[in-house]
Amino acid sequence: MCDIPLVPVMRDIALVAFAQTDHRRTSDEHSEVEMLMPVLHDVLAQTGLKTADIGFTCSGSSDYLAGRAFSFTLALDGVGAWPPIPESHVEMDGAWALYEAWTKLLTGDADTALVYAYGKSSPGSVRDVLTRQLDPYYVAPLWPDSIALAALQAQALIDAGHTDEPALAGVAARSRRDAVGNSHAQLRGSVPHGDYLVRPLRTGDCPPIGDGAAAVILAAGDRARELCERPAWIRGIDHRIEAHALGVRDLTDSPSTRLAAEKAGAFERLVDTAELHAPFTSQEVVLRKALRLDDSVRVNPSGGALAANPIMAAGLIRIGEAAARIHRGESDRALAHATSGPCLQQNLVAVLEGDPR
Amino acid sequence: MPEVLKAPLTVEFPFTRSLGPVQSAFLTGLRERVVLGVRTRDGRTLVPPVEYDPVTAEEIRDLVQVAATGTVTTWAWNHAPRRGQPLGAPFAWALIRLDGADTALLHAVDAPGPDAVHTGMRVRVRWAEERTGAITDIACFEPYDGDDPAEPAGHSGEFSNFENFEDPVTGIVAPARLDYTYSPGRAQSAYISALSEHRNVGERCPTCRKVYVPPRGACPTCGVATLEQVEVGPRGTVTTFCIVNIKAAHTANLDIDVPYVYAHIALDGADLALHGRIGGIPYDQVRMGLRVEPVWTEGARFPDHYRPTGEADADYDTYRELL
Ligand SMILES: [Zn+2]
Repeated sequence: MCDIPLVPVMRDIALVAFAQTDHRRTSDEHSEVEMLMPVLHDVLAQTGLKTADIGFTCSGSSDYLAGRAFSFTLALDGVGAWPPIPESHVEMDGAWALYEAWTKLLTGDADTALVYAYGKSSPGSVRDVLTRQLDPYYVAPLWPDSIALAALQAQALIDAGHTDEPALAGVAARSRRDAVGNSHAQLRGSVPHGDYLVRPLRTGDCPPIGDGAAAVILAAGDRARELCERPAWIRGIDHRIEAHALGVRDLTDSPSTRLAAEKAGAFERLVDTAELHAPFTSQEVVLRKALRLDDSVRVNPSGGALAANPIMAAGLIRIGEAAARIHRGESDRALAHATSGPCLQQNLVAVLEGDPR
Repeated sequence: MPEVLKAPLTVEFPFTRSLGPVQSAFLTGLRERVVLGVRTRDGRTLVPPVEYDPVTAEEIRDLVQVAATGTVTTWAWNHAPRRGQPLGAPFAWALIRLDGADTALLHAVDAPGPDAVHTGMRVRVRWAEERTGAITDIACFEPYDGDDPAEPAGHSGEFSNFENFEDPVTGIVAPARLDYTYSPGRAQSAYISALSEHRNVGERCPTCRKVYVPPRGACPTCGVATLEQVEVGPRGTVTTFCIVNIKAAHTANLDIDVPYVYAHIALDGADLALHGRIGGIPYDQVRMGLRVEPVWTEGARFPDHYRPTGEADADYDTYRELL
């Protein structure tokens, strides 16, 4: 027998600050770093930290969106990365950068981490850009755009009797109505449901295309309590992926989301709030089922990705929005979800809690 | 604030990819108008076939032929086809489970309208006239009301009964093209606008006071916006250089004889060196500290090269920080 505990004591890690830009259809007047800097300065100001105080920096973005090679290295100018700092980048939504930063803090190598993400979809045609993430042998040569793939999933849900077009329109209307209270949102209030883009999805079922950025600060243990009145403690976080071939998957379900939620402890106690990264109305139907969310849970009070979908940042924003509600005392236990790839291919679930009031 | 600059930008390149044995057999099969699947150990047949079982990650190599007919498992009507998609006229995207397969293949269904498509409808492959061993060898699917086909048979993946059997497909070349409208943002727009008047305008960091040319909008040391514009140069100092012995491949530079010198040049007043070609002096006489000035050609948007000013060389201490 050895007396080293088999399960190491996990450090408590919390999200202590969150900021996002206003998300807009275009941002021609700003480069990525120019768009990003205000949110970096915002989270630093919220905590009173300076760039030099940050133990680890991690970002999420994709150069394909704006067609600007190595934009993520230019964005590093905004965090004062010279002389070199401990830093990493994922070519994924910033939610996965947050996951990396969380593991870094768990190791004890750092006590604070800055996580940011940005996406500038306006310079390109995002429906076409996203085809480049697909299987290059059997799928990408057909150039199926992101809305077409989401529409295949929506039709499968309709065929299975899980939803219908009026119900999907209801998801869209509720999301944009809720976004009235979110000054950063791109689509707010009464938005026409529009014509079919790829049937059965109408413009209203699809997210707005836009540019934006977000940043959060993570801190461990007592450092978190110093930096934030009511830290949003990460009780669990996990991400899972499904087979890459669409035709192998059951598109009406999301076993990867369910498994990630289970591993993150989401089913141990009810949550009061859920921020779901569902860029398409039909995907909310899949996620609600996989996450067993009933009507008692407040889903996407921010308006969600249907109100603002800066690609590569929208998942991080879900975690940030959930944490901000805990900071403000509007939630005690919240679930945040982020997705990546076509038809909810990869999913991350985080469970956040505030200290008892 | 100057006008925001914009320019079209096309990113275009062919991806050359090699194939695994299963992918190679599948794409060779398409070229020969045969659809192959791969069987997993638990007896499922995957079409399109993959090299590894998506559930167990086990290597799978057991090829079977499936039918060129199948059933739509879900679909979506695309009334506005986009560049590169299988059909130019409105069509249905569909996942299609071929007869004999347990999984579905993504492709297009050619149908007169959305009312002619439904989940469960029967379709068959329409082969492309010219086939190269690619997923696009299936031009699309079309409605089919014939009899159900026979059970699929095992297949070796070798097409010994076809004239091209000695020529299996081992790779694909997938062209990719994305079109953008590029805008460089505030700081670089201002820099480029000033450059069009033959002026070098950098930006000063409000914290460390360093002047960056060209400016990128942020100080990489302080992480703050650089907003104060500062004109620098036009003269500068060579901080370091290299001698290029390889002829430029780019058509714009074919007139430049080798060897030539490419240098880092610290413009007077700048805290960051930019780079440019040095001319007007034999290549083997260029040295650190050499004082240079830009040479503009008619209608150019940036200096063609830099040439010696004839001043005494700069003292090492004046530029050592910029190395
Ligand atoms: Zn500075």
